[in-house]
Amino acid sequence: MAQRKITILVGRGKKLNKEGEKIMTSPEECEALRKAFTGPHGVEEKSMLEILVKWNRADLTAFRKKSPDIFSDDECCFEKWDSSHMKFLQNEFLRFQRAVIQRTMHPWERDALLVRKSLEEKPPLYNLLIELACTRTSDEFLGARKAFQCLYSESVEEFVAVRVDGFQRSLLVALVSTYRYEGMRIDEAAIKLECQKLGRAIKTDQNNEIEKDDEVLRILTTRSKHHLKTIHKCYKEAYDSNLEEDLDGIQILRDTVNCLCAPPIYFSKILNTAMSVCPTEQEIEALTRVIVTRTDVDMKDIAAEFNREYGAPLIERIEAAALGNYRDFLVALVKRGMAN
Amino acid sequence: MATLLAPEDFSPGEDAMALNKAFEGWGTDEKNIIWILGHRNADQRKQIRLAYQEIYLEDLIKKLKYELSGDLERAVCHWILDPVEREAVLAYESIIRNYRPDYRVILETALMKSAEELLTVKRTYQFLYKRSLEEDVASHTSGDMRKFLVAVVSVYRYEGEEIEEEVAHSEANILGDEIQGGGGCGGGGALNGAEEIIRILSTRSRPQLLATFNYYKRIHGTSITKSLDGDPADEFSAALRAAIQCIKNPKRYLQKVVHNSINRLGTEEDALSRVIVTRAEKDLKEMKDVYLKKNGRSLEDAVASETTGDYKAFLLTLLGNQDYF
Repeated sequence: MAQRKITILVGRGKKLNKEGEKIMTSPEECEALRKAFTGPHGVEEKSMLEILVKWNRADLTAFRKKSPDIFSDDECCFEKWDSSHMKFLQNEFLRFQRAVIQRTMHPWERDALLVRKSLEEKPPLYNLLIELACTRTSDEFLGARKAFQCLYSESVEEFVAVRVDGFQRSLLVALVSTYRYEGMRIDEAAIKLECQKLGRAIKTDQNNEIEKDDEVLRILTTRSKHHLKTIHKCYKEAYDSNLEEDLDGIQILRDTVNCLCAPPIYFSKILNTAMSVCPTEQEIEALTRVIVTRTDVDMKDIAAEFNREYGAPLIERIEAAALGNYRDFLVALVKRGMAN
Repeated sequence: MATLLAPEDFSPGEDAMALNKAFEGWGTDEKNIIWILGHRNADQRKQIRLAYQEIYLEDLIKKLKYELSGDLERAVCHWILDPVEREAVLAYESIIRNYRPDYRVILETALMKSAEELLTVKRTYQFLYKRSLEEDVASHTSGDMRKFLVAVVSVYRYEGEEIEEEVAHSEANILGDEIQGGGGCGGGGALNGAEEIIRILSTRSRPQLLATFNYYKRIHGTSITKSLDGDPADEFSAALRAAIQCIKNPKRYLQKVVHNSINRLGTEEDALSRVIVTRAEKDLKEMKDVYLKKNGRSLEDAVASETTGDYKAFLLTLLGNQDYF
């Protein structure tokens, strides 16, 4: 005997589906679960837990039917989960895990793994390598180099030199090899001279070939950070523009100058990109990396610069962009860094 | 093994007073200074410096610089330094003092020690001169020489024993292309660019490089240093050769430095002093054996016949010669 299945209204706001089960989903809950599934900065564990426990099978079916971008029943007789979205979601679940591992790991091991990653990715992440070599102190990066040898049985120098060609090799190998003087003593005469050399090289550069200039390379890859910051100031006074802006044509030179002379500017830029409209996975991961690696170093300066440049407090932006445990972890680390 | 002969029993205070006595009066008693300092190891010399400072409120080195002169003064003032400090000072002087840095000193500093030892020298250099060794080498050199020397001085080489045979083989070929591609086989031609030579020599570990040099000889039928033999005025090729020799066999390399310096005395006392002073507490004995084998006469005989006066006496003392006094 065929049963006639009817949809009846039962009570206020409660429906029955064709099988006679109650549907309890509210539009708000649907929206909350969709947000939790969409990322791109983690997952909202709390709402997932509450909603998924509360809903029955009918609710879940209704949710799946209402989310055609995640589940499609075109080809099958059920709402099939789109496989690329499943992969995406798995990645989002792991974001908090990756943040925890990075935070707990020894900084040398962490940086050694990042060095490895920077050139094993396709396309290679030169800016990540530059960030590691230039924003760590000489001894911190030396530690990373030792850890690299321990992990991979080869030196960072060998690893980079073999994977990079041309002028990029000259720059990157020099940046990862140098053991910069970290003190405050500077040579005023040398600074003036080198400021002029940079200015001349930039102004006479016709074909964006400044990267082949040996003197530019020498200055950027051997001078101490204090020396370079003073050159940066001198350059601004002499030419009324910022050195890194004038090097705009060559991204890796620009990144080098930013990382050496003004890390908070460099870092706040990456953070902004990570939380912008359509970041790549690499750009998103930078959010974790920057917060975790800088909380004990210069988070206060980065947050101040971020606020100044983008008109919103860093914590607010993270709270709006990230989800769940991942969000809470990052916000706590930023707060901690600002209190130091 | 060391050639230095130093007594176990000594009194830094007595030595300091004896040195001060040697400074007194019109002249300077060089013989006594040589007798004392030439028979003290690094630790003992450090204690003497401290004792002298305490008793006479003066820096012993400054005093020696004032009282001695010429080759003897330079040798003794280097000798009295702590070994790590000495390496930093020698590197600094080689860069700053001459119109062009002596690449041999830079290479010896960088290639004849472990990665940690080189790091300690670089830290000492920064402490003494408030700049890094890299920036000073870079700002006083240019072109390929700069790229090479800065790279060699910066690297923190991997010290494991593993060798990748495939890599050694392929890099032997790469080296061959760069060396011989310029002017035909057997050397004599200019290098066909130097990017890969610099990369390989300045980043690979020592065991890996030795394997590469072996493959080179097998593939090209001649040693890599012979291939680089060419115009003696080509300093860069000479530097590459020196680096390779240093990596292959440091004692033989130093022996050659000494041999050349003895033949060119009048211009090369610094090199002779440098080698004897820096190795007297390390492996000068083995070097003496190599010298004798290669040159048919002992290093002491060579030094005795080619140098004179108190400078000679000092070098012979460091060589372990007791007869001279």
